[in-house]
Amino acid sequence: MQPTDVRNPQYFHKVVDCQWACPAHTRVPEYIRLIAAGRFDDAYLLNWDSNVFPGILGRTCDRPCEPACRRGRVEENNGEKPEPVAICRLKRVAADNRSNDIDKCMRERLPGQIPGAENFRVACVGAGPASLTVARDLAPLGYRVTVFDADPKGGGFMRTQVPRFRLPEHVIDEEVGYVLDLGVELVGNRRIDSLRKLLEENYDAVFIGCGAPRGRDLQIPGRGENADRIHVGIEWLASVYFGHVKRVGQRVLVLGGGNTAMDCCRSARRLGGDDVKVIVRSGYEEMKASPWEKEDAEHEGVEILNWLNPKSFVHENGKLTGMWFTPMREERDAKGKRKLLPTGEPDRFFACDEVLIAVGQENAFPWIERDLGMAFDEWGMPKLDKLTMQSSLPKVFFGGDAAFGPKNIIWAVEHGHQAAVSIHNFLQDEDVRKRPPPLSNLVSQKMGIHEWTYDNDISPDERYVVPWAPKEKTLADIKQEVELGFDLSTACKEAERCLNCDVQTVFSKDVCIECDACVDVCPMDCITFTANGDEADLRERLTAPAQNPQQDLYVSDPVKTGRVMVKDEDVCLHCGLCAERCPTGAWDMQRFLFAESYAGRGEGYSARPAKKVAA
Amino acid sequence: MTYLPKPKLHHPSLQKNRVGFTRRDYEGAISTLCAGCGHDSISAAIIQACWELDIEPHRVAKLSGIGCSSKTPTYFLGQSHGFNTVHGRMPSVLTGANLANRELLYLGVSGDGDSASIGIGQFVHAIRRGVDMVYIVENNGVYGLTKGQFSATADQGSKSKKGAVNTDAPVDMVGMALQLGASFVARGFSGDKQQLVPILKAAMTHTGAAFVDVISPCVAFNNHPGSTKSYDYVREHNHALCRMDFIPPRVEITVDSHPPGEVREVRQHDGSMLRLRKLPDSHDTGDRVAAMNYLHECQARGEIVTGLLYVDPEAPDLHAHLDTAPVAFNRLAEPELCPGAAALARINAGLR
Ligand SMILES: Cc1cc2nc3c(=O)[nH]c(=O)nc-3n(C[C@H](O)[C@H](O)[C@H](O)COP(=O)(O)OP(=O)(O)OC[C@H]3O[C@@H](n4cnc5c(N)ncnc54)[C@H](O)[C@@H]3O)c2cc1C
Ligand SMILES: Cc1ncc(C[n+]2csc(CCOP(=O)(O)OP(=O)(O)O)c2C)c(N)n1
Ligand code: SF4
Ligand code: SF4
Ligand code: SF4
Ligand SMILES: [Mg+2]
Repeated sequence: MQPTDVRNPQYFHKVVDCQWACPAHTRVPEYIRLIAAGRFDDAYLLNWDSNVFPGILGRTCDRPCEPACRRGRVEENNGEKPEPVAICRLKRVAADNRSNDIDKCMRERLPGQIPGAENFRVACVGAGPASLTVARDLAPLGYRVTVFDADPKGGGFMRTQVPRFRLPEHVIDEEVGYVLDLGVELVGNRRIDSLRKLLEENYDAVFIGCGAPRGRDLQIPGRGENADRIHVGIEWLASVYFGHVKRVGQRVLVLGGGNTAMDCCRSARRLGGDDVKVIVRSGYEEMKASPWEKEDAEHEGVEILNWLNPKSFVHENGKLTGMWFTPMREERDAKGKRKLLPTGEPDRFFACDEVLIAVGQENAFPWIERDLGMAFDEWGMPKLDKLTMQSSLPKVFFGGDAAFGPKNIIWAVEHGHQAAVSIHNFLQDEDVRKRPPPLSNLVSQKMGIHEWTYDNDISPDERYVVPWAPKEKTLADIKQEVELGFDLSTACKEAERCLNCDVQTVFSKDVCIECDACVDVCPMDCITFTANGDEADLRERLTAPAQNPQQDLYVSDPVKTGRVMVKDEDVCLHCGLCAERCPTGAWDMQRFLFAESYAGRGEGYSARPAKKVAA
Repeated sequence: MTYLPKPKLHHPSLQKNRVGFTRRDYEGAISTLCAGCGHDSISAAIIQACWELDIEPHRVAKLSGIGCSSKTPTYFLGQSHGFNTVHGRMPSVLTGANLANRELLYLGVSGDGDSASIGIGQFVHAIRRGVDMVYIVENNGVYGLTKGQFSATADQGSKSKKGAVNTDAPVDMVGMALQLGASFVARGFSGDKQQLVPILKAAMTHTGAAFVDVISPCVAFNNHPGSTKSYDYVREHNHALCRMDFIPPRVEITVDSHPPGEVREVRQHDGSMLRLRKLPDSHDTGDRVAAMNYLHECQARGEIVTGLLYVDPEAPDLHAHLDTAPVAFNRLAEPELCPGAAALARINAGLR
């Protein structure tokens, strides 16, 4: 193999599994260390910079970082149940323990105003996380940002869909408030029903973050009757939020297996549903809902039934009495493509009083005139440059669920960051595709012979469980938050489980004397000195076979005996024992910093004079 | 040296051997030796060898004297028996232990100071008697623990870290072991585990006095230019005799198709097979005199010969010489251990 070029920032970035997996590349290990050090404000602000909603995300994030977390792999065959670090819930610890006046520090950490920026007006449609991120990035630079939403308050689906027992309203108020306080104008109760008219208001750029607001319906026999007993999930959840719905029938069927279905069934349990069943067409494993959402629902007494396809609604004497379902099985064709087929067993009937349909969400842009020259694809989605989020109308940008269909909050935030960079470039007459380079550096953490700036003693603890409010209490009050968050001593113990994967093992072949000390001491058998070969061959020949192709091999130039040092990054504990054992300092532990650059940051940006005078 | 205990976490693919242990189960406490010390590599090789041989840790006794090398039994086989004796006295304590309980595997771990200076008399007699043991000398040419004085194995003309030249002639422990009748004699290098691990496995399965000299650079006091025991010097002058494969008794040995001279096989007493590859024609591991000649020839050429030099798979050991009881004393009941006045009278009568 070719020697690894560790000067390429993406090499070590990839080793920081959580940060690499986070759409916004949040610097996870750094904030976990800050929490362990009791520096909650710094931990919060570091998060806020990347993901804008630490308190919200610390409760609701889809957490792509956790399945990626090295800790989960390292614990394999080492205990009962391998689990990643509770990255998401630690984020909440930073939010829970921050100072009340933290907003005073926020501006200090943002870039300053660009002369003339105040002459540009940017409109954002929808006040969800995508638009709010655009506003957070652009307002400090001096741009005048106006956010329109059909709902009275900002927050988008985070406010109207995510139920209060998962996300208290004050958390949304605070974090939406931080953005608005940067000088962003929110125009609530204002639905934009014509893009043409909006463009005629002479905004210099328009960002569309209107989400994917339409819940998919289920057109099967009987759907037309008793409409007050059969609801589309996301509409029903919004009605619950706005207080229009306060009760539900005693027996409830929820159709669908995604996170919306989970929020529907858990809400129903709190509004009078004693017998709540989630009925899913496919199997338990392939349900779209996150595993923890399923666990939470089942914990609350919801029954999940799989392999049942809804067939018809049954009404008797003008009353909904139940539904028929067809038992299904799966079959794969020659190409491995999955198909659902009836098993041939008799249909099954489930009695119920109310049905919630949560079978998917769709985009809809009825307010965008198709003669404006904006290109749409065959599925009715705007054609976008994936890098810049720019549409075919140069001054119109998209992000969040409106861009590529329903995703989640953290993706909406990342889209917002990228769109903000593009809008800034666009307004400054720069190439829109030009991205500011990330900030990255690599610094030795050695403080003494066996002293490092970080705690390299590896905690053997298994993942800690977040405490819950008692079930009697949470099921009685839909606004009672279920998870209570880690207390500080548990948070510190959980933080200790983090392996500090951003502290990198860096090898200098020139000083290596090939004493094997690092090979012998490494608890995870990561290091091998051997003859070079191609990657597949090397992966077989290492001290422990490197069977995870997702994880890179770090290969050195030849050492004195002509062999190469090969390190499998996969399950390295970043414990630094190799560096402590190395007599010559050929191994060093160096902290790798990688931070994405947002609008107006990074190098190569010079503010330009305003290109036009205020309107 | 590191202060932190090595984390218990291990590679997910780490395997258990036939007696249910992983390689990590053969480790000991974290080493307090200098970072990069050759002795730590030897400990790692012993761990690897014991794991591969499916040795039950409680069937091993580690005995040592004094020195950095003699400290190492703390750093491997943490679940085995151990006795850290007095300087140079490991061989006699080991001999006694072995006589009392012949059923354990005895590892005598020593240094060049411990065995070639203060303990040379003890070394000589343990080898001469054919005590069933693996006698390992972790040879760095200095007294590491007392900060780097030349030891008796330092080569004439080699330089200390401060520049002093050694004028005394060295003791060659491999030559001595051959001359004293050791039935297994080999030399290894701490920086070459591929060679060392099979040597240790063969020594551990050998019955009789197995002597293994392992050149083991002292990074702190004897790893500079001018030293003949440094990593660089040993790598440059290493004359590896042969590569050895150790084939355990349970593995069926296939008929070999290699041309003679290139591969030689030695079947040990326990049924294991030593397969020696690329053996120079001139040398026969079954010929003690040839081994001694070869050792001296290499020495004259300035080469450090490593590998298996001599093995006698059928040699009798001390227990055979003395016709001792076939089991450990702790298995004998009182009537056998104390046969009574009549038996004593019989013995006395036989000596009159
Ligand atoms: C039930 C449910 C639960 C969810 N739970 C989670 C979760 O736990 N974690 C997670 O990460 N994600 C979750 N999601 C997904 C997440 O809410 C969305 O992916 C995210 O909010 C998308 O953000 P956005 O900025 O694109 O727009 P949205 O948050 O959808 O906001 C769009 C806003 O635009 C407004 N709007 C739309 N059209 C117009 C118009 N023409 N004029 C003016 N205003 C308009 C809407 O009123 C809305 O307020 C959930 C979704 C649902 C449905
Ligand atoms: C009776 C006695 N004499 C002298 C010493 C001092 N002493 C301690 S270790 C040592 C030499 C050890 O040398 P070696 O066996 O080569 O071990 P190394 O440290 O080099 O591995 C000496 C002389 C002692 N501990 N006891
Ligand atoms: S930091 Fe070094 S010793 Fe620790 S697991 Fe990684 S490679 Fe092994
Ligand atoms: S411990 Fe240091 S000098 Fe020794 S082999 Fe490892 S990197 Fe090389
Ligand atoms: S002094 Fe020498 S022999 Fe002793 S531990 Fe240090 S390097 Fe090893
Ligand atoms: Mg010594």
